[in-house]
Amino acid sequence: MKRVDALSAIYPHLESRVVVTIMGAVAAELQSIGHRPNFFYLQHAMGLASSMGLGIALTRPDRHVVVFDGDGSVLMNLGGLTTLARYRPRNLVHVVFDNESLLSVGGFPTATSTGSDLEKLAAAAGVPRTATVRELGEFTRAFEEALGANDLTTIVAKVDATGPSKFVTDLALLENRFEFQRWLRKSG
Amino acid sequence: MSPVSTVSSRLIYDALKACDIRLLSALPETWLVHLVRMADDDPEMTLVRLAKEEEGVGISAGAHLAGVKSAMLMQNHGFLASINGIVSCAQLYRIPLLMLVSFRGEFGERDPWQTEGGAVTEDLLRALRIPFSYLDHPDHVARRIATAQTLALSANKPVALLLCRDLMWEEG
Repeated sequence: MKRVDALSAIYPHLESRVVVTIMGAVAAELQSIGHRPNFFYLQHAMGLASSMGLGIALTRPDRHVVVFDGDGSVLMNLGGLTTLARYRPRNLVHVVFDNESLLSVGGFPTATSTGSDLEKLAAAAGVPRTATVRELGEFTRAFEEALGANDLTTIVAKVDATGPSKFVTDLALLENRFEFQRWLRKSG
Repeated sequence: MSPVSTVSSRLIYDALKACDIRLLSALPETWLVHLVRMADDDPEMTLVRLAKEEEGVGISAGAHLAGVKSAMLMQNHGFLASINGIVSCAQLYRIPLLMLVSFRGEFGERDPWQTEGGAVTEDLLRALRIPFSYLDHPDHVARRIATAQTLALSANKPVALLLCRDLMWEEG
């Protein structure tokens, strides 16, 4: 499935939730569908989108947090899965778009292309609910179940190694950062 | 009886609370044991024990955007382990980040494995243009923590305080 189709399919669920994404294709594609002030794109600091999501989920138990992660980023912060599991925020859904590559730098294959299984890693780290999905219908079902489950979930969504034609968008990093902060502090 | 100073740890902890810090992320090392325990025992404080210090940068960034003040407790080698997160999350996105960094590998250090880190800590902080100062005497602890946090908030940047042996380690 295509990542942009997966994001489009669940977009209505994102409108009221706190969304943190990694950089690259995920950020550009979500913006192409429609940027909102409750979306924050961590455009660098690979690996830390899930940590940011945890920080928000722990300090705002009244909000639902969705983290859009990638295989490359998760592999850079595997220990973070154990921290996520340890603190088990019930209000966090962790989606890992696994295209088995580092797309925006030229498509280098990551270890998930040679057998490393991020779902099993998450489960072994102690994440209570995990799933691997490959088809759009499977993805939307797993995502919707996770939203209703009231427990920490990691969904590994296998997606095509394709992406947008450009990764730099017209939303300045700091513009996003301050708008998101204002929304997050005022909301809830 | 551990030679880590409980009195100094209490001064530090109370100063953090006085700055409205309500989340501490930590990867403990010897000098930080009492601070971590105080955070753990305090129902008003969220303690996040990390697998790797760099995670704390992301966690603090999330907490800050959500309106909750936080700080990181780590050894100087943990600061080394966090540098990409500090640069490409905290600095890139202008996030205030109070970092309490225990300054190992300096004069008086008996553990040989600490000594390389001690030699590069200050130069790295300067290279990254992170304002920093030292906590090495009880008399200035509260004020320096308060003023460090003030600067972090007004500058929207990381600020570091180096916890020194003279403050943290009670030994003749």
